[in-house]
Amino acid sequence: MFRIYCPYCGELREEEEFHPKGPAHLARPADPDNCTDEQWGDFLYFRDNPRGLHNELWVHALGCRKFFNVTRDTQTYLIKGSYRLGESPDQARTSGDQA
Amino acid sequence: MQRYSGFGLLRHAMSHHENWQRVWRNPKPKKQYDVIIVGGGGHGLATAYYLAKVHNITNVAVIEKGYLGGGNTARNTTIVRSNYLWDESALLYEHAMKLWEGLSQDLNYNVMFSQRGVLNLGHTLQDMRDIERRVNANRLNGIDSVALDTQGVQEIVPIMDCTTSRRYPILGASWQPRAGVARHDAVAWGYARAADALGVDLIQQCEVTDILTEDGAATGVMTKEYGAIKGDRIGCVVAGNSGVLAKMAGFRLPIESHPLQALVSEPIRPILDTVVMSNQVHGYISQSDKGDLVIGAGIDGYNGYGQRGSYSTIEHTLQAIVELFPIFSRVRMNRQWGGIVDTTPDACPIISDTPVENLFFNCGWGTGGFKATPGSGHVFAQTLAKGKASELAKPFSMFRFHTGALVDEHGAAGVAH
Repeated sequence: MFRIYCPYCGELREEEEFHPKGPAHLARPADPDNCTDEQWGDFLYFRDNPRGLHNELWVHALGCRKFFNVTRDTQTYLIKGSYRLGESPDQARTSGDQA
Repeated sequence: MQRYSGFGLLRHAMSHHENWQRVWRNPKPKKQYDVIIVGGGGHGLATAYYLAKVHNITNVAVIEKGYLGGGNTARNTTIVRSNYLWDESALLYEHAMKLWEGLSQDLNYNVMFSQRGVLNLGHTLQDMRDIERRVNANRLNGIDSVALDTQGVQEIVPIMDCTTSRRYPILGASWQPRAGVARHDAVAWGYARAADALGVDLIQQCEVTDILTEDGAATGVMTKEYGAIKGDRIGCVVAGNSGVLAKMAGFRLPIESHPLQALVSEPIRPILDTVVMSNQVHGYISQSDKGDLVIGAGIDGYNGYGQRGSYSTIEHTLQAIVELFPIFSRVRMNRQWGGIVDTTPDACPIISDTPVENLFFNCGWGTGGFKATPGSGHVFAQTLAKGKASELAKPFSMFRFHTGALVDEHGAAGVAH
């Protein structure tokens, strides 16, 4: 059971308030019309799936309903911190935002 | 290999069961093999067995990080069925089902395959339409499948609450009489013993740390315990860790690893003589020969390699079971655990060549790999022996995620997650 920090609510909340939404920072191809099948398939389906630190998208579904990113270890399940969309993983934190 | 038989049991009883032969050897690896299989679970061991038996390739090593059958083979809920919707997967799982039916004799090892039937429940009108469609598709593929109404379900499982006033009323089910359960550990042990008898080296406690390549072709594996081991062809059958091995070889897979939890209750008297699954309330349950209720449900939504998940997932699982079986509401749960499943976007496996020559992957079985163990090993052995996929395995190339020719079983075939 995780306690996840929502960088918008500024609080640590129970995991059940959140939904995981897959890996973070998946950049949509800039020019989709000219993608090859390989490029498009890579974007849609192929994943790093690391054993270790993983940046992932979560949504505070039963809270503020905002999306944000979490850096979490997929082996130990320890959460390094959360950061807002547009921020970088090294800004991950577990406290400090204004509610 | 000492053959097992009733007579043998009697003979060993005379000597107080003190002279049983070791079930398999514990060899040191050779320097070079024709085929190296990474991963000593059910699928990997089955692959080794069929390589030796069907294709006469016996210079084979199975390299296992932990102990044989200690991963998802030991952690699943042992359900075996073949009532999938699409032709490609139905034929593959039915191929496995046919092998299951003669497996104990073939291996000379009792895998306790019990064809007690599987019910896939429908709770909404759309469920029932999907069930009709799937049952008809199954029958066209020669797979036994029957659509039942509420009455029919109630007759098979009298203890289930089939009253229409439930929040999720049971409107009917698909019923596959030939489906059932098997003893998960025995499957791994049976394949291991039979493969070992044919000359396959089972190397346990040996972790693969790298895939050795030369000019874009795999030439062997690097191991922590024994250094480099050369192999003409490498087959990776490592389920949840497939992504980690693919990374060693320098490519990615369309796979994400998730925890999938299961649990068993305290042993109780025989009460449930079939398997009940429901996608809508999301749970499945059967009773083992030992008497405990074997229960499973959905994956935890996040990526994980930790072989454990969140308690809320277990709670949802048991909510579903109690919704179907109020009679079980006071049964105490005994043990709970998690396995790491390798899920693909279309809920179908990957049995495939890869961007690296001589390197093959058999993975992506996700939440339903146990039922396929014999079939998976059988077709993957052919892939490794011939260097290209058989007709059955062809649709399951990893490159279908580039061409778009997915075999979309998600939701279609009682694959709930």
